[in-house]
Amino acid sequence: MNDFLLIFRRDAGFDAQLTPAQLQAISKPWQDWMGGLAAQNKLADSGNRLAVEGKVVKPGNVITNGPYVEIKEAIGGYIVVRAASLDEAAELSKGCPILTTGGNVEVRQIVPMQP
Amino acid sequence: MQNDQLLPHLYRTEYRKIIAVLARRFGFEHIQIAEDIASDTFLLASETWTSDKVPANPAAWLYTVAKNKARDYLKHNAIFKEKVSGPVIAASSVTGEADIDLSEENIKDSQLQMMFAICQPVIAPEAQIGLALRILCGFGIDEIADAFLSNKETINKRLFRAKEKLREQNIKIAFPQNKEINQRLETVLLTLYLLFNEGYYSVSSNTNLRKELCLEAMRLNYLLLENKTTDLPIVNALFSLMCFHASRFDARIDKDGEMIIYDEQDTSLWNDELISRGTNYLIRASRGDQLTRYHLEAAIAYWHTQKQDSAEKWESILQLYNKLLILEYSPMAALNRTYALAKANGKEKAITEAEKLTQLTGSHLYHTLLGYLYTAIDNEKALQHLHQALKLAKTTTEKNRIRKNMKALN
Repeated sequence: MNDFLLIFRRDAGFDAQLTPAQLQAISKPWQDWMGGLAAQNKLADSGNRLAVEGKVVKPGNVITNGPYVEIKEAIGGYIVVRAASLDEAAELSKGCPILTTGGNVEVRQIVPMQP
Repeated sequence: MQNDQLLPHLYRTEYRKIIAVLARRFGFEHIQIAEDIASDTFLLASETWTSDKVPANPAAWLYTVAKNKARDYLKHNAIFKEKVSGPVIAASSVTGEADIDLSEENIKDSQLQMMFAICQPVIAPEAQIGLALRILCGFGIDEIADAFLSNKETINKRLFRAKEKLREQNIKIAFPQNKEINQRLETVLLTLYLLFNEGYYSVSSNTNLRKELCLEAMRLNYLLLENKTTDLPIVNALFSLMCFHASRFDARIDKDGEMIIYDEQDTSLWNDELISRGTNYLIRASRGDQLTRYHLEAAIAYWHTQKQDSAEKWESILQLYNKLLILEYSPMAALNRTYALAKANGKEKAITEAEKLTQLTGSHLYHTLLGYLYTAIDNEKALQHLHQALKLAKTTTEKNRIRKNMKALN
């Protein structure tokens, strides 16, 4: 079993437009999906959501507000799953609620740093 | 009380008090001496109390005898030390007429400190439970063996090794420092949780004994609630959970000692007082921002005390199981979540999720669950799963229940 990072990307404006009631409604499918992964004992880390605001630091002391000036999609959050292969990790991602709102999931194996 | 019941009763209530006070006084490394003195005291009582000659205050009699024996030991020990090691060392150790305080307050303090001394991660959880039953609850070795479906010899060995290990680690009978209290408390609570479960879910057919295990876990938990330092939200959460579970004691076991599953219980037998106590402690547990597995399990148990089946009930239970699993995986939670999913969102959905739980295919409970889910959807498949469950089940009670489900299908 290896650990895989699932990175959720979606239109950065998406979260900002939501009312608290809509946010609440969105949280249920996420809880159901993650609860399902956890029931299979494949959720290694329940991860975090990321705030909409961000800064990007570039060479030459250039700091811009957020990555979305140039790209439409921003990282909304991440979790870590346990899977036997990259294919299995991708299979696990199929139920992710982000896919129903136009977002996508990037799946990457975590390679532990050698001490 | 009948005379022949008096001594066993006192043994259950007083042995643990005497041993906690003496062991605290002597230090954990001399716990064997504390146990010997407590046992000798009861032996003397059984020899000298005759049907027409029982002391007016039997508990006080036991305390006095234990105190005298302890004083004799300390005196003897001081003389021995003086002769063997010389007066210098003897003067620095406690001597002679040292006080053995068997007041209610000191008994409580000693038991509380003993609880922290025994619940140590260096010994296995089952050894912690065994020690707790022996030292904190005054259970006999044969009763512990019965509870664990084991024999006296194995239990004796297990307890002996556990005490040796604690001695090696130089464990002190003392209240933990403030900064380490949360971490130490976690181990204590886990032991109490497992002790309760041992009684609640045990396969032992001795229903009285099982109930007593649960009540002892609750008594020890309550001891923590009575102390200001340990009256914390997490402790209240665990107590709330135990109250909710205990409220179904009388409804979940039939007159032959067989388990009655939740769906088939006579809800009029549920204990309303325990339910309302559970609710109060759950409210007390909600202070602060800590959300532990005990909080989630107590909230799940709270919903189970709601007699009316509703969409809200099962959706709430499902979401709580999601949270519980995300916090910490356990096979039982995975199965129960799937059951809640069927209740909340229908069996088809639950079947899809259940088929993914490939890590549980070796468990009869998994196949029993699939048998339930496939019933009325695909009875052929339901029967296959129940056959598989029957093959994997170990106890007669479990097998009977599965056979009953199979009969219902035909």
